[in-house]
Amino acid sequence: MLTSKNKVLTCIAIIFLILLMLPLVLVVVTSFNTANSISLPIQGFTLNWYKNILSQPDFIDGFIASLEVAIIASLLALVVGVLAVYGLTRSNIHHTSAFQSFFLSPTLIPEIVIGFALYQSVIVGLHLPVFIGLIIGHFLLCLPYVIRLVTAGMLMLDRHIEEAAWISGCSAKKTFFLVVLPNIKASIIAAFMMCFINSFNNIPISLFMNGPELTLLPQAIMNYLQNNYDPTVSAISVVLMVFTGVLMILVEKFIGVNELTGGK
Amino acid sequence: MRANNGKYLLLPALISVALFTFYPIIQIALPTIKDFSTFKDLYGSFFTSTYNVRVLGRTFLIAVITTFIVLLIGLPVSLWIARQKKNLRQVLSILILFPMLTNAVVRNFAWIIILGRDGIVNKLLMAIGIISKPASILYTNTSIVIGSVYLFLPIMITSLIGSISELNIEVEEAAAVLGSNPFSTLIRVILPQLTTGLLTGAILVFAGTMTAYTTPQILGGNKHLVMSTLIYQQAMTLGNWNSASAIALILILVSALSMILMKKGVKLLDRRPDNAN
Repeated sequence: MLTSKNKVLTCIAIIFLILLMLPLVLVVVTSFNTANSISLPIQGFTLNWYKNILSQPDFIDGFIASLEVAIIASLLALVVGVLAVYGLTRSNIHHTSAFQSFFLSPTLIPEIVIGFALYQSVIVGLHLPVFIGLIIGHFLLCLPYVIRLVTAGMLMLDRHIEEAAWISGCSAKKTFFLVVLPNIKASIIAAFMMCFINSFNNIPISLFMNGPELTLLPQAIMNYLQNNYDPTVSAISVVLMVFTGVLMILVEKFIGVNELTGGK
Repeated sequence: MRANNGKYLLLPALISVALFTFYPIIQIALPTIKDFSTFKDLYGSFFTSTYNVRVLGRTFLIAVITTFIVLLIGLPVSLWIARQKKNLRQVLSILILFPMLTNAVVRNFAWIIILGRDGIVNKLLMAIGIISKPASILYTNTSIVIGSVYLFLPIMITSLIGSISELNIEVEEAAAVLGSNPFSTLIRVILPQLTTGLLTGAILVFAGTMTAYTTPQILGGNKHLVMSTLIYQQAMTLGNWNSASAIALILILVSALSMILMKKGVKLLDRRPDNAN
């Protein structure tokens, strides 16, 4: 039987789990190297590359810009998405699954094409600032996560709770805020976290929408990597890993990490 | 709820998706099909250029190979994780999720350290004496495949753990009692029950690899372009916006078509009774 006790299975699984972690471990190790280029084994221990991050304005500005874009886009997607899911699951609309597919359709378009098309229509066509273009692009990236995770949450919620609230004299609006929202809190938090993390990490959408005045952090790291090959990249990578780790610990504490993938 | 109110709640989402996804794409599509000669010029020249066709073929091939490798590794790993005790399973799931949520630049950059000229693979191979001078592994199709496998393996494992934990273990016990060895149980009992899960994961990985930009950009270099890096090169380096639009549309078409075909495959192969209508 193929249980966790099977020796072949255990060997394969452990090898690949190690291979999954090893590259990230290597990044951490190289970030402390005293040598000027990224190499292994390391020659000595230093924290200078971490200090060097602070003297890279592109990284600092990029981090702040990425944070702003991710938070605004995620919140927008959350408001628009939760309303849509509530409308879809709680009223007698026909063709529910067609609407659902329409809302998920941005995932069918390659991200780089979304970025490319938005650049042409929003920035070149409408002369709107790059920041607006980025918000719109990242909003499109986020919306499908909200639709999927919040729909799953809404389907778990018993309709009768809302009906009870109406019968007790609660208005539709009040019911939504006082009864529905608190009950789907976990999926809303999960959706927000998935939106935030994916927006913060995204490159293809922002690829065409950047310039000297505004470059998001992943793009800034990529630009730096193209011109330099020193452990500063490793150091900023470690900072990002710690950032991801902290977010995951927060999620685990409040709702459980499994909520992020819609798992049980 | 009063039936009509619901409609208005959908409006913001409907308008934003239509306005920000479909309208811009129509806008880039129109100039490429405004008259027959432009159409023939842009799309015809794409398919008559051996260079571009090679890029399309490379994109497709990298996606296919990546998908197969991810399936091949993902199945045993997720099987092992799904069959652990609850606590360990949760720890392992978090371990898988961590790289998934880590920035793609960081994950691809890690492979530069491993595969580069002075990378550990080269150092190791030279130390053993298999090669005398550094082999070029980085900036090849192989390195793009390795990077893509690394990028998408966690997604496959996470999605498969879900499907595997829904399996009824008694079916496998029955197979074992009837004399099936673990390997034939895997092939003849577990795999057929997982078709939907495997194919759903495969679609995700295939479409993701096909349209990925970051990995081929960092690990592929300038000589191994794929469709998405070609779009960028045409637009930003060569300033050829219409040609970039045409390539973008071809990419949408090819990836959407493959996804639709694979989804049809899922429906055809799904023999569970509740889907047999």
